[in-house]
Order: sequence, then C-alpha cells, then structure tokens
Amino acid sequence: MADKRKFKIWRGDKTGGSFVDYEVTMDPGMVVLDVVHKVQATEAGDLACRWNCKAGKCGSCSMEINGKPRLACMTRMNSFKPDEEITIQPLKTFPILRDLVCDVSWNYRQNKRISPLNPKPRDPDGNYRMKQADVDRIQEFRKCIECFLCQDVCHVLRDRNEKDHFVGPRFMIRLAGLEMHPLDQADRIPQIRKEFGSGYCNITKCCTEVCPEHISITDNGIIPIKERVVDRYYDPIAWLIRKIFG
Amino acid sequence: MVDVSEIQTLEYDVVVVGAGGAGLRAAIEASKQGVKTALICKSLLGKAHTVMAEGGMAAALGNVDSRDNWKIHFRDTMRGGKFLNQWRMAEIHAKESPDRVRELEEWGAVFDRTKDGLISQRNFGGHRYPRLAHVGDRTGLELIRSLQDYAIHQPMDIHMECTALSITKDGERVSGLVGYWRETGRFVMFRAKAVIFATGGAGKAWPITSNSWEYTGDGLAMGYEAGAELMDLEFVQFHPTGMVWPPSVKGTLVTEGVRGDGGILLNNRGERFMFQYIPPKFASETADTEAEANRWLQGDKEARRPPELLTRDVVAKAINKEVKEGRGSPHGGVFLDIASRLPADVIKRKLPSMYHQFKELAELDITKDPMEVGPTTHYFMGGLRVNWETQETHVPGLFACGECAAGLHGANRLGGNSLSDLVVFGRLAGLGAANYAKQQAKIPALSAEQVESVIQQATACLKRESGKSPYLVHEELQKIMGQYVGIVRTEAELQKAIAELQQLEESLKLLKAPGASQYNPGWNQAISLPSMVTVSEAVARAALMRQESRGGHTRIDYPDESPEWVKYNIIIKKGERGMEVRKEARGEPPVELAKIAYASLEELEGK
Ligand SMILES: Cc1cc2nc3c(=O)[nH]c(=O)nc-3n(C[C@H](O)[C@H](O)[C@H](O)COP(=O)(O)OP(=O)(O)OC[C@H]3O[C@@H](n4cnc5c(N)ncnc54)[C@H](O)[C@@H]3O)c2cc1C
Ligand code: SF4
Ligand code: SF4
Ligand code: FES
Repeated sequence: MADKRKFKIWRGDKTGGSFVDYEVTMDPGMVVLDVVHKVQATEAGDLACRWNCKAGKCGSCSMEINGKPRLACMTRMNSFKPDEEITIQPLKTFPILRDLVCDVSWNYRQNKRISPLNPKPRDPDGNYRMKQADVDRIQEFRKCIECFLCQDVCHVLRDRNEKDHFVGPRFMIRLAGLEMHPLDQADRIPQIRKEFGSGYCNITKCCTEVCPEHISITDNGIIPIKERVVDRYYDPIAWLIRKIFG
Repeated sequence: MVDVSEIQTLEYDVVVVGAGGAGLRAAIEASKQGVKTALICKSLLGKAHTVMAEGGMAAALGNVDSRDNWKIHFRDTMRGGKFLNQWRMAEIHAKESPDRVRELEEWGAVFDRTKDGLISQRNFGGHRYPRLAHVGDRTGLELIRSLQDYAIHQPMDIHMECTALSITKDGERVSGLVGYWRETGRFVMFRAKAVIFATGGAGKAWPITSNSWEYTGDGLAMGYEAGAELMDLEFVQFHPTGMVWPPSVKGTLVTEGVRGDGGILLNNRGERFMFQYIPPKFASETADTEAEANRWLQGDKEARRPPELLTRDVVAKAINKEVKEGRGSPHGGVFLDIASRLPADVIKRKLPSMYHQFKELAELDITKDPMEVGPTTHYFMGGLRVNWETQETHVPGLFACGECAAGLHGANRLGGNSLSDLVVFGRLAGLGAANYAKQQAKIPALSAEQVESVIQQATACLKRESGKSPYLVHEELQKIMGQYVGIVRTEAELQKAIAELQQLEESLKLLKAPGASQYNPGWNQAISLPSMVTVSEAVARAALMRQESRGGHTRIDYPDESPEWVKYNIIIKKGERGMEVRKEARGEPPVELAKIAYASLEELEGK
C-alpha cells in the first residue's frame, strides 16, 4: 500500500491566511521540498515556495518545519515519526509575501552597510600570500549560504524586533570574516560595536544550532569579535599589545 | 487591452539579465565604465546556478606545477572541445583567467592555499596540470559571494525576482525588454541602449539534470526570437557523475573533484573499467595501468594521468555503455569509490560538501562506502553566437556571456573552464555593451505594440478558463528529450523528437496556469515552457544535422569523428517559416594558435 502522509501547509499572503491540509503519497528518499513540489504539481499549482539547488547549497528553501527553521531540501521525510503530521510555514521573523515565501530584503540591506574588503598591497611578484591555517578560520564563515535561518531564530530579531540596532548573526560572521581577514586593512571594531550592535547578542547560541552549514557562529565568530570590542573599549592596553604583536 | 502608459518604465544604458558569475561580472564592468547599469535576475541575489559550482575555476597560474602556462591551458581547451572552439575565445580565456582569479581575491575571495601561501590548484578532467583554483568543493559559492559583495557597492541598480520575458527592438536595434516582478506579477518595461544576456543554459528540459528551475533557456529563446543566431546547440554536456539514488535527488551533481582527488570508477564486477575506454587521441597522455595511475596521484611527474580524468564526454559514454551492457550498479549507475582511496579525515576536508550531500540526502557515508553515480544533463556548450572581441550577437545592442553564449568550449567543456569563462567574458560583455551604449545618442524608441503583445501572450494562460497543466506539459517535454535527445542519438529518434516537440508546441496554446499572478510558480512554469520548447527543438535540429560523433554529441548512426565535419559550426536562426538550420564553414585557424594547439607538451612547458 502506498505510504500517505499528512501535511499542514500555510497558505496566504500579507493580509492573512491559514493552514491547509494536504495528503501526499511518499516516494523513496523524499525530502520536504519534494512534498511541496508534489503538492504544486498535483493539487495547488500556485503554492509559492523558493528553491534553486535542491542540494543545500543556495539557501533559498528556508522555512519552518514543525516549528523549526530548516532547509526544506535537506529535511528528509524519514526523519519524522511514521504517523507524524508535518506543518510547513514561512519564516516568522520576516514579512510574508505569499505562502512559504517571505520578504528577506532587510538582510540584503544589512549586507550593503558593510564596507567591502580593503586589501593591502600585493607582494612584488603580484601575488598575495596567506597561510592555509590563517584562512581556515574565515573560510568557515564563508561557507554561509545566506539561508537566513540564523537570522530567523535569533531572539534579538525574532522576539524583540531590534532590527534597527542589530545586524544579526549572519552579518556578525560576515564582519568577523572581514575583521580576521589577513589582507584587510580596515578597522571595523568601532562600527561593529556602535552601528552593528555587537552588544545585543547575549550568546544564547540558538543561531549556531540551526545553521545548516554547521558554522560555529557564536563560538568562532561572535565571541571573538565581542572580545575584540571589549579589549578596545574597556582594556586599551590589551588592544595596544595585540596591535603591536599581532 | 493593456494600457502601456500605465506600466512601470525604467531607463538604463545597459541592462544585464542574469546574476550568476557572468551577469555580475558584466554588470560590474559596465558600471565601472560609467554607464547607467541595471542587473536583473529571476531569483534572489546570490542564488543563481553559479552558487552550485563545486570543483573550481581553471586558470594557468602555475602555482602547483610551474610547467603550466596559458598555452597549455589553451591546448587542453581546444583538444577537450574537439577543435570546434572559437580559436580566439579560447586564446583570450587562457590568457586572461589568471588575472580574473587574482582580481576575485582582491574583491574578497578566499581560495585554498599552497604550502607557500599561494592560491592552491587541483587536478580536473582534461586539464594537463593541476589548474583549478578552488575553495574545498564550494568554489561557485565563493565566486558568486565575492562578486555579489563587490557589486552591491558599485553604482548600479539590482532588481531581484524580476523575470525578463522578451526583447523589444527599434528597427534592427535593441530598445529594451519587458519583464515582470515575481512578487506582484506586475509588468515592467526596461528601456535600454544595450542588453546583456547572462541567463545560463536550459538543462531543465531533460528529466535527469543537475540544473535548477531557472535553467529554462530564456536568454537563448529570447535572443532567437529577436533575430540573434544560435550556435552549436547539439553539444549538450552530460556530466558523468550525477547521483542516481534515491529518486528525489536523481541528477544532483557529484563533483569531478572526487575523481581529481583519486576517486575511481568501478562496475558491478569490481572492475576499474575506464582503462578500456581510452580514445587513441589521448592514449599517449593517459596511464594504461593502475600502478601508473596511482603513481601519478602520488605526484610522480613522469607518470601519466588516470583514465577517470579523461574528458567528460568520454567518461559519460563509458558509464552509459557499462550500464547498458548489464554491468551497472543496483540503481542504474556505476560505483564511484573514494572511500578505499583516501583516509576518512582527508575526504572530509577535501570534499566537505560531497560528504554532507551524500550523508544527508542518500544516507551514505562516502568515507566508508562507494557512491552510485550516472550521467546527468549539465551544461550547454552551445548558445548565442557572439563576436569574440565584444560579445555582441548579430542583433545590434544585444550581448551575451557565460553559459548562454557559445564559442569557448566547442564540442565539450572541460570542468573548471566555466567559472573562468564567466569572469573573463562577463567582463568583456560589460565592456562591449558599455562602449556600444556610449555610441548611442539616446535610448531607442519603445514600441507600445511590441509591449502589448508580450503581455498578452504572458497572461493568456492565466485568463483561460481551463486547459493543460504546465507541470504536466513540462513532464512531457522532459520525457521527449530524455528518450530521444539524450547522450546517444540516431536520425530516427531525432526525427521523432522534432515531430513530438512540434505537437507539444501546439499544446502550449492551451496551457492553463492556476491562480492569480502574484508569486505564482505555476504561472512562472507556464511562461518558461515556450523557451524550453524552442531551445529543445533547436538542439534536436542541430543534432540531426551534425552527422558525426564529437564531444558531447554522439550519433550511433555516425559513430566516429569526421574530418569533414570539424570544418563546420551549426547555426540556427529564426526565418520566415520557422527554424532555419545551416552549417557554416569555420575558416582557417589563426596560424600561431594552430601551432600551439598541435604542438607537443614538451614544446610548450614552462614557457
Ligand atoms: C552542480 C553544478 C556544479 C558545477 N561545478 C562547476 C565547477 O566546478 N567549475 C566550473 O567551471 N563550472 C561548474 N559548473 C558550471 C557552472 O556553474 C555554470 O555553467 C555557470 O555557473 C553558469 O553561470 P552563468 O553566469 O552563465 O549563469 P547562472 O549562474 O546560471 O546565472 C543565470 C542567471 O540568469 C538569471 N535568469 C535566467 N533567466 C532569466 C530571465 N528570463 N529573467 C531574468 N533573469 C534570468 C537567473 O536568475 C540567474 O541569475 C557547475 C554547474 C552545476 C549545476
Ligand atoms: S547567540 Fe547572539 S546572534 Fe545567536 S541567536 Fe543568540 S543572540 Fe542571536
Ligand atoms: S550563518 Fe548559517 S544559518 Fe546563518 S545564513 Fe549562513 S548558512 Fe544560514
Ligand atoms: S534549494 Fe538550495 S538550499 Fe534548498
């Protein structure tokens, strides 16, 4: 007998909406995104949803599945209990456009506020030289696929709606990546504190927990730059030593 | 009736359609030239196909093997492309890639390093030396993010989730384009002096594909409709290694980096079968024993490269044959084994996203078990025909670059040559379009009639009371292409494909998109179908004309490369009575380039 599963999918737009029930027959290896596609192809051709790569690489298919922010293309159906009903809804922290799609433009505006890499001059032979060990730690941050799941779950943005004061975990690691970049010459610390709101993060690590790229957002990114901020503002001598001895 | 005066109108010198590597680089260049530039894309910024590229970007930096240089890269590219590449494009590409890679580094890209701290380079199929600058196996993400983060600080407007529907013309010249906003379903007119297409390929017309929903051939079809020429569409690349199991991920790519780092292909008897498929042309440069192949991997410069690293067409066809003859894996592929070749921690470090992908999607640990892989539709070597210096098509003011332009790759693309293609020719397209725009005194007139007809066509399927589902028609299309225009082709099959595609075209007139126009994937699917069908027909017709097997194109009824056919490209143009297909003589190659392409390696090394 074909295996049928029950789903509640949120349908609606900015003016409102509700959960609609669907029943979908399972194929082997299905992920939640396959379920959405099947519903589109068979029952609700206009069910709005974003996706591109279907392999966890583009960060388009972010949604909340049974209340947890996840990538639909990386959420396997066999990770649920056999009789579990599954709810699928859009990210909560951003305004809804339609069905599972929300307006994430705020994130793009945050990125624009961050000034780009300001690289030091090249070596005389035209190359830059960097040790793999030194780039390792920023390469971790560069794995970010901009799914904005961490932004969605961060309570500073989600519950307290401090979007005017805090750029959120995604952009904290973008800033950390620049701040720790062996080639970058800009001093970003004052801005990280004043404009990007590093003080708002209280290290609950919810962002790290949801990151599909398993980036240690808090431990490797946010805490080190919070320390740099503290050193600079509250311990100028430590800052000076670091500045001189690297 | 639509009232055109009520439709939003935006004005630019240059509008770039597509925000993958090619479009981003083109838009950056155009805006650097001081012309008013817009960049539009169907998805959100940073989500284009380029983000998926894994293995790396090819550039003869010579960081890992100092014998490498642009001439050998050029030679490899011509040989990989079976000498159908545009000679000058292959030359420019080989010469300029290193500078484009360094430029990316300056814009923020963080490539893996060698022991000396230089940009690391890895081995890939068809490349004589380790040549691919890379970041683990997520090079595309690094490339697109670096370009994106740089582009947002340049003077240009970026319009996301905005789909181009059609080019408008003033006489022969481009005058802009009509598009719509995905969010609202509203139409928008871009008045522009020049338009650059960087819209990628059309792999979504096949059932098993590594491509996303965006790859519906819009740029190719819009260009064709506007009078531009399509070239060499018969050359569709089937990447040898896509996932074959479970069905929901069928087609998802397994990077060639797995083979570059030592992965081997095995059939169900445990035989390493690639040794039996070495074409005579590559025999002198390919290992013929496992011992030699292993020595090569260890870095022995005297040893020849393993046969798993032959060009993609060769490997894809070999796998196809093994499976057809009953030596395939349980789910219709073959085995790709890295587990027995490298320690688990090395695999996890070198191929992190492959490890992740198999673990999460197929519940398979690639450090313990072999993967099951088979060919998947991957890349369009053919595309819009462009002038090699300016990237302009035959329509004045219309330019193309990246996967949607033809010329660089000939009959078969080498892995890694696409990412470098995007930045080299993206830049040239930006320059070409900016120069062209500067020569135009004003933006050409936009005809209300043209705009009206585009809008009418796009909305017909919404207004219809009932009709065929766009999802079903898409499935029908994929079935035709998978069955008749796949990895191996025959005259009879291609004839069938063309006939069935023509029937399908009729059913396009009866499509019914569900719902309203706001963020409606069903409507979007309906709108992209005509493009896919046009491009599919062009592929089938070109494949029918080319009576030989070469690169990505295999005709069972003409199984060999023909010395006669190497002289021609196949050109398709819209005529009075539909698709006109012709072969066009390529002319003599530039003498100095022919000398390099046919030289021995020793003659070129280290120069
Ligand atoms: C899984 C995978 C792995 C790969 N690995 C490698 C690799 O290791 N090395 C390598 O060199 N190559 C690789 N490739 C190939 C390479 O990634 C692509 O060929 C290349 O990224 C194409 O870039 P592009 O800029 O031409 O187009 P894309 O990056 O695909 O961008 C196309 C853009 O056009 C837009 N667009 C399309 N139609 C419209 C429309 N009608 N209106 C508005 N916008 C539109 C899309 O939104 C998108 O922004 C890989 C490809 C895949 C799929
Ligand atoms: S650790 Fe900081 S950034 Fe992450 S969720 Fe908590 S408050 Fe937000
Ligand atoms: S840091 Fe992780 S969770 Fe946040 S946007 Fe990037 S990939 Fe997504
Ligand atoms: S579709 Fe790309 S991450 Fe899910």
